This record gives sequence, C-alpha cells and structure tokens, in this order.
Amino acid sequence: MDKRTTAAAAVSELRDGMTIGIGGWGSRRKPMSIVREILRSPVKDLTLVTYGGPDVGLLCKAGKIRRLVYGFVSLDTIPLEPHFRAARQAGAIPEVRELDEGMLQWGLYAAAIRLPFLPTRAGLGTSVMEINPELKTVRSPYADGEELVAMPALPLDVAFVHMNRADARGNAQYLGPDFYFDDLYCMAAQRRFVSCEKLVETKDLLAEGSLHTLRINRSMVDGVIEAPGGAHFTECPPDYGRDEAFQREYAASAKDEEAWQKFRAEWLEISESEYQRKVRARGAAK
Amino acid sequence: MSTNGATRAEICAVAVADAFRGDGEILVSCFGSVPSVGARLAKLTFEPELMLTDGIASLVENVLPVSGKAPAAVVESWVPFRSIFDLLWGGRRHVMMFASQIDRYGNQNFACIGPHAKPQAQLLGMRGAPGNTISHRTSYWVPNHSPQVFVPKCDVVSGLGYDRAAALGRHSSRFHDLRRVISNLGVFDFATPDHRMRLASVHPGVTREQVVKATGFELVIPAELPETRLPTGAELALIRERIDPEGLANKEVRA
Repeated sequence: MDKRTTAAAAVSELRDGMTIGIGGWGSRRKPMSIVREILRSPVKDLTLVTYGGPDVGLLCKAGKIRRLVYGFVSLDTIPLEPHFRAARQAGAIPEVRELDEGMLQWGLYAAAIRLPFLPTRAGLGTSVMEINPELKTVRSPYADGEELVAMPALPLDVAFVHMNRADARGNAQYLGPDFYFDDLYCMAAQRRFVSCEKLVETKDLLAEGSLHTLRINRSMVDGVIEAPGGAHFTECPPDYGRDEAFQREYAASAKDEEAWQKFRAEWLEISESEYQRKVRARGAAK
Repeated sequence: MSTNGATRAEICAVAVADAFRGDGEILVSCFGSVPSVGARLAKLTFEPELMLTDGIASLVENVLPVSGKAPAAVVESWVPFRSIFDLLWGGRRHVMMFASQIDRYGNQNFACIGPHAKPQAQLLGMRGAPGNTISHRTSYWVPNHSPQVFVPKCDVVSGLGYDRAAALGRHSSRFHDLRRVISNLGVFDFATPDHRMRLASVHPGVTREQVVKATGFELVIPAELPETRLPTGAELALIRERIDPEGLANKEVRA
C-alpha cells in the first residue's frame, strides 16, 4: 500500500487533548517539519511524550502543551532549552511528568508490547516518586520479594518520527549512529507517521545502509512524508549536522517577547517550502 | 606548601582518576572537563581496561584528548542509548555526574532549583540520575564548592543518597554505591558508620576551615586530615602532553 502523505494531512488528524509522541533525542533527528506544521495548526491541549529538544521549547512557547512527559529537555550544545526553562519557571506547563530517562523508554516499550507496566528500579527513593503521584510500586511474586517501580505504559494517540530513508510503504531506515527510541514510539501509537529525508524504492534500501539500519517496518507506520531538511535545525547525520548558528538564534529568541516575535515571523509563520528555501539561502550566503 | 607545579585542576583530575581505581572493565561516563581528563588518565595508567565513549554512540579503544589535535578514533563497539540503558541497569558502569545541590548523605539534585511545581531555575531535569544511582557506582564532580551546592537539603532529589537508599531496605538498595565527591576544594567519601559525607582529603593549599565554611552541613572530619596526593611527574606529562594540551580543565576550576 502506498502510504505517502503530507505533513498537513498528518497533522490534520490531531484533535485537542490528544497524546502525541515525538521521536529523536534532544536536538537530534527531530521531526521538526511536523513540529512546525503543528505550530501552524489550531490544535491545543496536547500531551507530549518525548526525549525533549526544541520540539518541547517550540510547542510550549506556542501554548500547545497541557501535559509534558519527559526525562530531560536539552539542545545538546546548549544544555538547557531556554523556551522550556522559561515555560517551567513561569508555571506555564499545566502538568509535568518528569521521569528518569530510562523510565520513559520502559513506558513506551510497555505500550508497544501491550503490557500495563514494566518493572524497574529507576526512580525508587528519589523525587520521581513524589512529583509523579500516580506512580505505584509492585512486589516481585518470586522468592526475592523485591519492590520495584511499576512504570505504566505510555500509549500514544499519534507518533511522529524522522528517519533518513523510507519507502512508500513505510519501511524506514536510520543511517546515523543511533536509532534512539523511534521504533518504540511507532509501536506505542495508534497512528504512526514517518517523515524522511528521501523516499527510495524498497529494492534500494539496502544500498543505503546495512540490514541492521532497517529498524522500522511497514506494520509500524500509517503515513510516510518525504521532507528533505525535515529535521532542521536539529542534526540528521549523515545527511546533515546540527545547524548550530540557527540553533543559537532560536535560543536567543527566548530573550524577550520582541526577539521571539521576530523569530516567529521570520521562521514559523511561513510555509515549510519557504522555510527550506530560506535555510538554503542562508547556507549559500555563508 | 609545594604542588610540584601542578594546578588545582590537575590535582582534581588525579583525584578523579583515583576514584576510578579498581573499576576494571566497565564503562566510565564523565561530564565536565576535569572528570574527562581524570578518566583518561586512569585508563592510560592504572586502569587500562576502562571503557570510554566518544560521547555519541561508540566505545573508543584509544584514548582521545579532550583538547588539541585528536588522532582518529579506534571504535571498539556500538553503544546507542538503548544499549547504554541496558548496560547501566546491568551495573557495568561508573558515572561521574555534576551536582547543582548535594546533601550530607549524597542526595543529588540537577533537576531544578526551588519547588518542582514552579521552579526558580529549571535545570537539566531528572535525566538518568535516578536509574544510575540505584544501579551502579556513582561519583560527583563539583567545580565550584559552595554552601549553595553543599546544602542541608536538596530542593529535589534526582540522584539517590544513602539515607533514602537505606529507607528502601538492604535488598532494594544493594546496587546503590556512591563512591566519591570531588570538588575544587577536596575529596569526600561516605566511609562513615551511617554513610554521612566525610572529608577524605583537602587539596594542597586548601584548609579545613575553608572547606567547612563552604559547606552548608556538618561534615565528618577525621582528626588526621590528609592532603590530596599530587600528580606524579609522569601523570603531569600525560595530562599536559597527551590528554589536555590546551589546558581545558584549568578553565573549569577556580582557585
């Protein structure tokens, strides 16, 4: 089945109050063209599950997030995400569910394999148990009787991930050093969208990378969006690295309302094709 | 007092290396310049089996410098985050993390300052600290020892300390293992009957009173307080010529 679609069509499926998962890690291989499309849409009150980067900063700043489930939010080379910090310090995110980053994996994995929870030691004894009052523990039924955190499944309504290559049927491939948790986001969600740098024929996937890079198969995907530069300004190796200069400008836009409005007008209130054209023009001007 | 020409940062780096002594064939994860220098020094001298990453997703067999011109990495294995979580829950790791706050039992906070519901300063978040501290060896690096960091009580606990671990029971906390806290003023451990933080040594040039004044809780201090050992000539040469030729570590430590 041909699953090719557009970011606009994918984002039009979102409803207020839905739970979405966004793949990647920090400022690495984030489906930013999808994030930009969500910013253009009227959807609100989202629950966002993520290993957070600029997806969190942008969606918080735009007031899209009612509930945030995360282990950290970072831009990597800029360790603290300034828009996220500002939102937290203003109390502008109504509900935060801050977890150990391994617990987040466990929640996605539990949802992926349809278990109510997975046990872990991570979180025991720390403030994780206090700031997430719904977390419960479970006792091993075996002789050891150990008490463990029962990390609840984190089922998603919709998952968005960005990969290097995909075919039209939804087989998707990462070519960088890490696949992060993108397969788990897809498996944990009801509706699954993969954006990719380049659509290729199925028979050409193995020419792009080894068998082991084919981490996402078509049973895990409902829609495929070809989006060259779709991870910009986050990194998407080997296709491109992080646009550090752009990221610094993004971070500086948290300075005050004027800076933010300028950044927004220049980079967010335009179409994706115009965004990509302007990014290319910047590169050429350097 | 003589420091045989070693800077405070170099003394700290040697103290970091000593914290990894005996670790053998496990992954050492470091944050900050001084810990990165210390781990490399340990691997180049008394702990050759230590495993270090390139900071992305590879284990690198050769010791790469933290500053200056680097040779090509010799990749020995692939460790995406999925493998890192498995590895750390399996216990084959010693992490050295920062602490924005740390208390007398080694509870650590780098998540936020102020109440979590609406912090005065949002910092890194919980990251992997809860899982790290209950799973494997953990040490801390504090480049700016002050009463704002060494606090009576952390605003939020991201890394598990000994009192909270004890409250979980011996079985649940059997992998909890805080080793050292190394600051710009001294080396600290938890080698006391109830695992309260102890001043193990002061760096050359630092007094006991200076440490007490910069610490927001009462430390256990032995009657005979040793000085942190100085780098050997060979260690200094490795740091300056091979590991950190541009002296990045010296920029991280005041004093």
